[in-house]
Amino acid sequence: MQHYGILIDTTLCIGCYACEDACAEHWGFPKTDVHELSATKNTTVLTEGDTYVPRMCMHCAVPTCASVCPVGALKKTDDGPVTYDVSKCIGCRYCMQACPFDVPKYQWNSANPKVSKCDMCRDRIAAGKKPACVEACPADARVFGTLDELKKIAESRFAQNPGNYYPQIYGIKEAGGTSVLYLSSKPFVELGLKGNLPDHPLPSLTWAVMSKIPNYVFWGGTLLGGIYWITNRRKEVREFEAKLEQMEHNNPSRRIPNHEQEN
Amino acid sequence: MTSFLRISLEKIRRMTFWTIVFWIIMALGLTATAIRFTQGLGAATHLSDKFPWGLWIGFDVLCGVGLAAGGFVVAATVYIFNLDYYKPILRPAVLTAFLGYLLVMIALFFDLGRPWQFWHPMIMWNPHSVMFEVFWCVIFYTTVLALEFSPLVFERFKLEKPQKALHAIIVPLVILGVILSSLHQSSLGSLYLIVPEKVYPLWYSANLPYLFFLTAIAVGPAMVTIESFLSSRAFKREIELPILAKLGKVTAVALSVYLVLKIEDVVNDHLWPYVFTFNLEGILYWAEILLGVIVPIILLTYKKTNRSAQGLFYSALFVVLGFILNRMNLSITSIEHYAGVNYFPSWMEISITLMIVAAGFAGFRMAVKYLPVFPEKKETEKPLNKPFDVVEFIGDKHEHATVLN
Repeated sequence: MQHYGILIDTTLCIGCYACEDACAEHWGFPKTDVHELSATKNTTVLTEGDTYVPRMCMHCAVPTCASVCPVGALKKTDDGPVTYDVSKCIGCRYCMQACPFDVPKYQWNSANPKVSKCDMCRDRIAAGKKPACVEACPADARVFGTLDELKKIAESRFAQNPGNYYPQIYGIKEAGGTSVLYLSSKPFVELGLKGNLPDHPLPSLTWAVMSKIPNYVFWGGTLLGGIYWITNRRKEVREFEAKLEQMEHNNPSRRIPNHEQEN
Repeated sequence: MTSFLRISLEKIRRMTFWTIVFWIIMALGLTATAIRFTQGLGAATHLSDKFPWGLWIGFDVLCGVGLAAGGFVVAATVYIFNLDYYKPILRPAVLTAFLGYLLVMIALFFDLGRPWQFWHPMIMWNPHSVMFEVFWCVIFYTTVLALEFSPLVFERFKLEKPQKALHAIIVPLVILGVILSSLHQSSLGSLYLIVPEKVYPLWYSANLPYLFFLTAIAVGPAMVTIESFLSSRAFKREIELPILAKLGKVTAVALSVYLVLKIEDVVNDHLWPYVFTFNLEGILYWAEILLGVIVPIILLTYKKTNRSAQGLFYSALFVVLGFILNRMNLSITSIEHYAGVNYFPSWMEISITLMIVAAGFAGFRMAVKYLPVFPEKKETEKPLNKPFDVVEFIGDKHEHATVLN
């Protein structure tokens, strides 16, 4: 299966917001001038200093959101996109709390709310088309392709214009890698992209604990059962001794020999 | 005569005062409920995309589950460690836990965006999700608690057969309950393992599951103490002082281990600069450690305070408030810092929380009124700490089957 992704070249983005409009059209959302991700905006263009920074779901290789979702409503698909299935969702919002890129947004003012996030226009990909935002971009700032193709394109852009680029691709190793990659002329933290994410997927932090549970149940159960067996046996012995003592007390003539009593 | 009249008048006034408070809370809570379920979470709460979990998760769920931990701690003490000495507090502790878990579930119905699909984790599995595990543990454990609680009902209606059946399975049931509790008490901490860059460093730790478990062990007995103290006043019962003093020691030990782990975090994760930065987070951290951990450890080990009802009550109060502060700091203070927002719950969030707490009080009262929650007078009059007490208790087979379940 081809693993698709999107390369975002912030050095080329001109801030025309054509991507935002195309995205809104694709999802049937209103077109607005509020430039931030929301329940009705799955991609946006932020302004960080003198740079336009397109933002959208990063489509992580091992997505935190998919890992935390108790019902598996969020899934990493084989072809790259991370998708959301509202028919499963219970609305716990753990995905929003957990996403390292703060991508999932919520329909707060609905009694029947959904989580909203980019799905890389999966239906368009299936129909052989590019995602709406990529198709709409007039500046080549968003490129669609397989991850291998995207990395090659990035390398060739570095080679053609070495002075223009900060020599790294954001998304190769961040949180275990993402399917949306960034190129920039300056360090990525200056674009508001997190610099403190580990190189390994975040779900491994949880799995380190979760994977111990079956063993814990088994050994914990055995241990508690053992403790019960010992304390119960002690109690029985104690009761038996007390009974003996009582019998002895009642019938001093039928005295039990000393060595038996000591047991 | 006049003084008698004044006292009874005062009594009526106090009773009506609390009744009025109760109904005001209920009215506000029900109004907020209507708004929550017709207009969505945005209309009823101060939650937002930047701050998706608020009071209902931070207090109702994280604190609610922890404060109900007395149930499994006391059940384990009585059934698994066979310490019959603690039996007089078993029933109130199990009752509190059972009510607590029911209330947590009600709170979750408010907080879940799509509560009508709450049962989905039963058939749509994701074993990688901590939330999935917590869901299953809470469902199972509430069932276990219902069974542990059921002898009171059977006894009340003199149903001997189910009583005997339950008595036969009570030990495996309690073992299951302890395992489920230790799993989800710690897992509530594991919920935050996956966001190392969002939680403020003072509250993030690879030990979060262990820290949550230890604090649950500490706060469970503290809640039992507070409840014993208050109900002994309200229902004019004798207080089980020697038992509560021993429970206080359990709390002191759990808190001491917790303190060691917290210090270990500071050393291993190089948190000194954060500890000695007196911003909001730093001050709240110190408040939590000093008032919620160190002060109660001292009070509970100091002879004068660990032997008086007042001393035990106030130590327990410190433990409970420190516990609540800890959960709120992790879930609210530290996420506020990350998100750069100020979150304060809306009146609707607060009144729904109060409504749920008030329902808990009312439920406890009802249960005490109609079910044999507290031991019969005759038993409390017995000296509790004589060695022969246990033997005598067990010796009578009939009493064993009917009273001790």
